[in-house]
This record gives sequence, structure tokens and C-alpha cells, in this order.
Amino acid sequence: MSTRVPVTITVNGKVRTAEVEPRLLLVHFLRENLGLTGTHVGCDTSQCGACTIMVDGQSAKSCTIFAVQADGCNLQTIEGLAPEGGLHAMQEGFWEEHGLQCGYCTPGMIMSGVDLLNENPNPSEAEIRKGIDGNFCRCTGYQHIVKAIQYAAKKG
Amino acid sequence: MIPTEFDYKRASSLDEAVSMLVASGGEGKFIAGGHSLVPLMKLRLSEPSLLIDIARIPDLAGIREKDGKIEVGAATTHHAVETSDLLRRLAPVVAEAAGEIGDPQVRHRGTLGGSLAHADPAADMTAVMVALDAEIHLKGPGGWRAVRAADFFQGIFTVDMAEDEIIAGVQFAPVQAAAYAKLHQKASHYPIVGVCAVLQASGGTVQSARVAVTGASTHAQRLPEVEAALAGKALNQATIDAAAAVAGSGLEDINSDIHASAAYRRAMVKVFTRRALERAAARA
Repeated sequence: MSTRVPVTITVNGKVRTAEVEPRLLLVHFLRENLGLTGTHVGCDTSQCGACTIMVDGQSAKSCTIFAVQADGCNLQTIEGLAPEGGLHAMQEGFWEEHGLQCGYCTPGMIMSGVDLLNENPNPSEAEIRKGIDGNFCRCTGYQHIVKAIQYAAKKG
Repeated sequence: MIPTEFDYKRASSLDEAVSMLVASGGEGKFIAGGHSLVPLMKLRLSEPSLLIDIARIPDLAGIREKDGKIEVGAATTHHAVETSDLLRRLAPVVAEAAGEIGDPQVRHRGTLGGSLAHADPAADMTAVMVALDAEIHLKGPGGWRAVRAADFFQGIFTVDMAEDEIIAGVQFAPVQAAAYAKLHQKASHYPIVGVCAVLQASGGTVQSARVAVTGASTHAQRLPEVEAALAGKALNQATIDAAAAVAGSGLEDINSDIHASAAYRRAMVKVFTRRALERAAARA
């Protein structure tokens, strides 16, 4: 048995402490330990981006990080994006522009869209497509996702 | 996918990291971004019993100018390389190539040192470091050692590094007339073929060139046939076309997989050598 490690991780503004097995993936910590199931496991091989969250303000694939590596970090998940009772501009964009069909990729796609606009508030269409390189959608053909991100960029 | 069990320690200095590694008796592995190692551990292709986290060692990440050279710390993320003003100014090819790695999420976590130590046959920065003639700085229990990138990469996932050494960083000279051209694998964004070209030209003539390829064979390596076809020639499209036409003729063990056959890779080595040379020439 490996030695469990104490971690203190801020998730959506709340400080969470736990003793975790070092091999626990961050995505499982979020989903199983904290019950934050908005972050999805898709490919589990760092490609599809369904597990995308913010780690210290930068998008990251939580299936490829151990929870122990996030000790002391500040995380944001899809659940922490919107103000109470409202929608974040990116979520509103996905709603208005029909940026999803089955919805499986959507939380990760939205987090990548938010990350993109944090770095580049007025991206070109090509920059949007490059910005979501790390997220796969098997339903939409991406067109409406690009429109959703454009909607959020316009809204500022 | 769940990796096998392991213990976890965090190192606060290079010396402590090396001592922890030595004490593990060959069972430990360093982790920084983990974007090469964690996928391997999930597949149980790597089963270290100890992970030594080096991501928070002070000064292991960072980009600085020193004695006319540029130093990049091993724990510097690809995103930090991509967005570095210093690199954009003094060695734009390095920042541009980093921006072609994987996707934004991978670039936020993956590190230069990790990519070089792992030496995936289709890593991007391996070819860039070879073409730049970068020095890779290693620390072990016996002290420091510097290895030229062209000597560092020796085979598939094989580098000139002892089991008890750590990469501290890389050092290279500023360069303008250089470019990296890459054929992306659409899902992973690994290069099916990537070529980095560095030109030394004056008065419209190529003095010398260093051209390196990744993705095509077991490891990043120079293309001496291309370099020979450029040296001493007028820097023009005819020279570039002639050099690109021989690209890869000396390569052995061409990779073949579900993404590209060996024949296709051979063809693409020529195409992407030409593109890299054209872009480098535009800056010469």
C-alpha cells in the first residue's frame, strides 16, 4: 500500500482538504471525492479534453494530473463558472448558438473557450479553432461551437 | 485507467531531487508536468514505485539571457516558452515550435525538460534543440555535465543520461534565420514529420545550415545530406528545392504506423524540409 498524502486544494473558491492515494487522478478526486461530476472523463488519454478544468487560471486535462500534484492549487470547474443562478457568457453562447448536441464534451469545451478568451479576448475564427484543438466533439462538426465562442467574445 | 501504486515526494532543490532518485534504487521517476509519464503509467507501461515531483523546485522553470546565450530551465512549460517575449525576440523559432505542441491544455502542463528526457520519436522540441545545436545541462551525484543535443538523442526513447541524472535546462545561441515546419497528426498533434532548419547566410549565400527532423525515425537527428546541399550555395528557391529533394535519403528505420506509412513519411520529410527552409530563408 502506498502512503496516503494530505492535500489542500481550493476548488471553485472552497478550500477542500483530503488524504489521497498518490495515484488518484485529479478528475476522480473532483468527481468521486467532491461529487463535482460536471467534469467528464472521455478518452482518458489526454486527447479529448472532456476533463478540462482550470488549474491556477490555465486550462488543463484533469485526467492527466494526479491530485497530489494539485496540492496548494486553485481549481475552477464547470460548476464554478457561473454566478449563482445565472450563466457565464460562454455558457450563454453555447445555449444561444446551439453549441452542443449530446453535451458530453460541453463542460470541457466551455472551459477551453473561457481559457482562450482569457488570453485572447477577440480571437479570429482560426484562433478559436486552434484554441479548441485539445477538445473533441463528435456531434456538432464544431461550427456551432465556434459560433458559441464568438458569441461569448462579443459579449465580453 | 488506474496506474499501479506508488509513493509521492516533492523535491525542493536539484540536489534533493537527485538524492531522492539515488535513494530509490532505480525505482523512482521524476515528474514535472507529467504529460509524457502519466499516460504511460495509466497504461502500466511505466510502473515507478516512487514519483519525485520536481515541478516546484525554485529556478528550475524560467527563461533567461546569460553571457549572450539563452537558457531555458527544464521545468519551463511549453506555454511559457510559446509566450516568452525574450524568445519571440531572440529565438522566435523556439517559441513558434512550442506553440505547435499538442494543444493548449498540454502546453500549460508539459515541460521542455520532460519532453527531452522522454525523447518520444515524435516529440517537437527534440528536433528544434538538435537544429539549434543546444547544450543540454545535466546534474547527477557527481556534478554537472553538458551534452550537445545531437549526441543526446540516441534512439527510440533513448538519451545520453545516466539513471541518476536530471536535466536542469538547455542553453543555445540566439537565432533569427530559423523555422520549424510540421505535419500534425490531427488528434494528438504529434508531428507525423517535423523539420527544423537553421541557416547561417551572408551576402545571399548560405554559409552553413543545420537541419533536423523528428517523427520520421527512431529519434530526432540532423539531415546531413540537406545541410551539404545548402552549404556554400546561393540562398534562393532553386537551392532550397535541390536540398529538399535529397531530404531523408540518409534516414534509416523510417516509422510506419496507422497514421502514416514509411513511404508517406519519406515523401513528407522532403515537403516539410522545403517549407522549413523557405520560412528560415525569409528571415535570413
